[in-house]
Amino acid sequence: MTDRPTRLLLLSSVFVIATCGLVYELVAGTLASYLLGDSVMQFSTVIGVYLSAMGVGSWLSGFVVRGEARLFVRVQFLVGVVGGCSAALLFLLFAHAASFRVLLYGLILLVGILVGLEIPLLLRILKDRLEFKDLVARVFTFDYIGALLASLLFPLVLVPHLGLVRSSFLFGILNVAVGLLTLRVLGDGGRWSASMRGVGILLLALLGAGFAASGKIMAWSEQSTFSDPVIFARSSPYQRIVLTRAAGDLRLHLNGNLQFSSRDEYRYHEALVHPGLARFPRARDVLVLGGGDGLAVREILRHDNIRHVVLVDLDPEMTRLFRSQELLVKLNAGSLDSPKVTVVNADAFSWLAAATNQFDFAVVDFPDPSNFSLGKLYTTAFYERLGRVLAPGAACVIQSTSPMVARRAFWCVDQTLRASGFVTEPYHVYVPSFGEWGYVLASREPIPDHLRLPPGLRFLDADTCASMFRFPPDMDRVPTEPNRLNNQSLVRYFEEEWSKVTTTP
Amino acid sequence: MNTRRRTFLKAGIAAAAGLGGSAFGVRAGGSFTGGMVGVDSALGHRFRDGGFPEPTSSEATEILVVGGGISGLAAARELDRLGLRDWKLLELEPEAGGNAASGRNAVSEFPWGAHYVPLPGHDTPEVTGLFEELGIIVRRDARGLPVYREEFLCHDPQERLFVDGRWQEGLVPQFGIGAAERSAIAAFLARMEELRGARGNDGKPAFAVPVDRSSRDPALLALDRETFAAWLTREGFTSTALRWYADYCCRDDFGAGMDRVSAWAGLHYFASRRGEAANAPGHSVVTWPSGNGWLAGRLREGAGGRCSGRAAVFRVVPADGGVEAWVWHADRGASVRHRAKAVVLAVPQFVAARMIGPEEAAGPRAGGVYAPWMVANLTLRSMPLGRGAPPAWDNVMRDSRSLGYVVATHQSLHPVPRATVLTYYQPLDEIPPAEARRAAAERGWESWCAQILADLRPAHPGIADLVERIDVRVWGHGMACPVPGWIWDGRRERLARPHGRVHFAHSDLGGMSLFEEALVQGTRAARDVAAQLAGKAGA
Repeated sequence: MTDRPTRLLLLSSVFVIATCGLVYELVAGTLASYLLGDSVMQFSTVIGVYLSAMGVGSWLSGFVVRGEARLFVRVQFLVGVVGGCSAALLFLLFAHAASFRVLLYGLILLVGILVGLEIPLLLRILKDRLEFKDLVARVFTFDYIGALLASLLFPLVLVPHLGLVRSSFLFGILNVAVGLLTLRVLGDGGRWSASMRGVGILLLALLGAGFAASGKIMAWSEQSTFSDPVIFARSSPYQRIVLTRAAGDLRLHLNGNLQFSSRDEYRYHEALVHPGLARFPRARDVLVLGGGDGLAVREILRHDNIRHVVLVDLDPEMTRLFRSQELLVKLNAGSLDSPKVTVVNADAFSWLAAATNQFDFAVVDFPDPSNFSLGKLYTTAFYERLGRVLAPGAACVIQSTSPMVARRAFWCVDQTLRASGFVTEPYHVYVPSFGEWGYVLASREPIPDHLRLPPGLRFLDADTCASMFRFPPDMDRVPTEPNRLNNQSLVRYFEEEWSKVTTTP
Repeated sequence: MNTRRRTFLKAGIAAAAGLGGSAFGVRAGGSFTGGMVGVDSALGHRFRDGGFPEPTSSEATEILVVGGGISGLAAARELDRLGLRDWKLLELEPEAGGNAASGRNAVSEFPWGAHYVPLPGHDTPEVTGLFEELGIIVRRDARGLPVYREEFLCHDPQERLFVDGRWQEGLVPQFGIGAAERSAIAAFLARMEELRGARGNDGKPAFAVPVDRSSRDPALLALDRETFAAWLTREGFTSTALRWYADYCCRDDFGAGMDRVSAWAGLHYFASRRGEAANAPGHSVVTWPSGNGWLAGRLREGAGGRCSGRAAVFRVVPADGGVEAWVWHADRGASVRHRAKAVVLAVPQFVAARMIGPEEAAGPRAGGVYAPWMVANLTLRSMPLGRGAPPAWDNVMRDSRSLGYVVATHQSLHPVPRATVLTYYQPLDEIPPAEARRAAAERGWESWCAQILADLRPAHPGIADLVERIDVRVWGHGMACPVPGWIWDGRRERLARPHGRVHFAHSDLGGMSLFEEALVQGTRAARDVAAQLAGKAGA
């Protein structure tokens, strides 16, 4: 055994490829649980598929008769490119792929097969250089130590400091480097080696560019602005839609403002819909303004008496997303595709002006009045138009920001409804991710008292419901100016009050 | 509309402005379109210089209204209300509207001139009556106060001022001025508030809309003999910030600064409005994306097919106990002899003078001072960014000779702001009106665009990249200017008297170009015509 340095190089490459192989597996598992949720399930299936794909790779190596070294170089390059780009690809394609799982498991299979080819090929390359017992002992030692290193590096260094996208590019670079090294050690110096070296350098440049651009990819997906990993980000003509996910908590942000957390949105949406709707057992037609996530509609459909729901949301991208993405459809129970639901993409003001139908109940779930354009959706002018589509005796409920943080803004919504000829029943609820949150139930006539809650609620019962209508002194009514188009008092209250707290909803 | 469409690179603007490329951050390929818009100048000049052929045919209606501005449209509306429906309205421009003209494109409607009306008070039942008819006032509350349709009230925020590199809310200077300046402004506003409630020795309000409903107290009328600037100095209002504000207001309403308009006119601006509403403060205004074009549009709808555009009336003479008007119809290419029992001349007085005859053309009717204006509509991909207060309806820059811009999409109810149209106003008052008119007539579109963008750039550094289109209109005789003596030397009141069966109706006759004045003048002229035709004593 004369070529000791060669042997050492090849053995250390086992170490590197083992680390790389496990990193890809961890990246895929982590991404799958970010993007699809249910981390136990995702990790388990990803590991299973990956290991069996490695088995397929090892089995396929049996069909290789000669040229092991050349194939090994090719495999290194392929693993480097596919594995290196996998995280970026999965992030970028999540929103576009018709079936994300096909893409995800396709990538895992491909990387697994390639990684499965590596060790058998390497064993055969080294078989003449070492005794069999030493060969097996050393290769598997490096393999397992590499795996240990990867499993420690991944959570402690890579994810927190580099992030998933950059980490996978980095390990892609290492794979290609091993390929180039092998080429140098075992290559024949002929034309094939020269051209493969060119390919390898090109791939290094490509992956290096990806590594450098990872910041941009992350910025594009707004990873830097959110504490949790961003799993979806897109600008529609109307807003920036961002979904984040961490430890099973899926969050929707519109223009950087949290809309819901999947952990406690049931509190928000049960409280939005039922305290009002459960008092109208004969209601048939319900209008939802805003609420393109379909979560309010999910709650409305719990009432058997409801025949038809019209949802008016400005942004077709929102309703498309909440009709097509598995995770989101699971969250809203497919409410937007219910045969009882009609989705309209229009701005509420114009839609109301043209509407001819009458509704027995209306849910108004707009973004908070954080600017003068949105503030117009909370004015006497708006509520007068809304009043025209309510059937006699019908009621509406308005999400009305936090009575704790923005006490005057909350009571301003109540005052505005009163100034528009409504009788109001303001109430509030605690939603952990939002804090104390307020709603105003309003009708032209007193609302019947009898409450009939639908089955299957996680939060509301009759007692909870009754307690929500009581306001402790620190949130109780304060005098305010009704919000009109020509004074925009609500936006002024809201800005002043929310500017005092550092985090916005 | 005579629009010349063209495109040019921003480099072209920079070069035209003589500012060099760097001033604009020239970007290859960045371009916008637009052109000069406005009255058919060939038709206008032909009217001025004569040369229309003699009529070859005849037409007749009971009454003829000449001029389709607000006063003419108001006269026509009132004739209908009095049951006199056999009238015809003739207008030089393709469409009636006058100073309330407006345009529209894919982004928004926008004004070309007047763009708001302050809430009317008790002085002007003509205005409240029209507002009730058009649904601007929807009802009255228990106290009898008018409830306005909220969408038409100017949405908040209404005004902002760019001063010292920042936008501040409101037009009255607040920041970067000393306590002395602030208290001078407060004292001035308190004085104006006092004058708003003041009455003359005849018991009439000191300042009223329309002008003719103001007190004739000689002590008050004496204010028409000095300039507003002189009055301010005499009263000890010497604060720079206050004088800027007073000057801005005069230029905004009269097209001339405080050193050219009379003190009576200047004080009228601040002290004549006593509007009231159940759902808005009294000093509010109503406005639309098309400005007062919305009102002109409603009045046109009422007129139905009885308006003819591109019709130049070049002679008005008594004939057979009635009146005969010679009319060049540009679209027909022929002149028509139009006979009527009475005529309402709802045109500026210098135009009326040319129609009535040569002796009038040299007389007092031709003596008015008319302010030339430039108005531009800028179509932008999005609202331009700026430091400080967010965009308002009226946006004024302290260190600019322009009056700033009004946002046509401000009244939009869409929750997400997108493309917009800004209407930019500039009275051409730095040189005497006749010279300014000549200079403006010779100036090209590129030169206007360069000036406008350079003026907006300090407040909106990125604006040039957002511009898609700029259309520019020059109003040679934008409005009568209330120079000292014009309102109360007796001449104005004499001009309002009818010539036999020719009646006059124009905001000129009130001495200032206001929607309310035009509406009242037109309504009055129609009532005079009705009285004359009914055989009662005339006006």
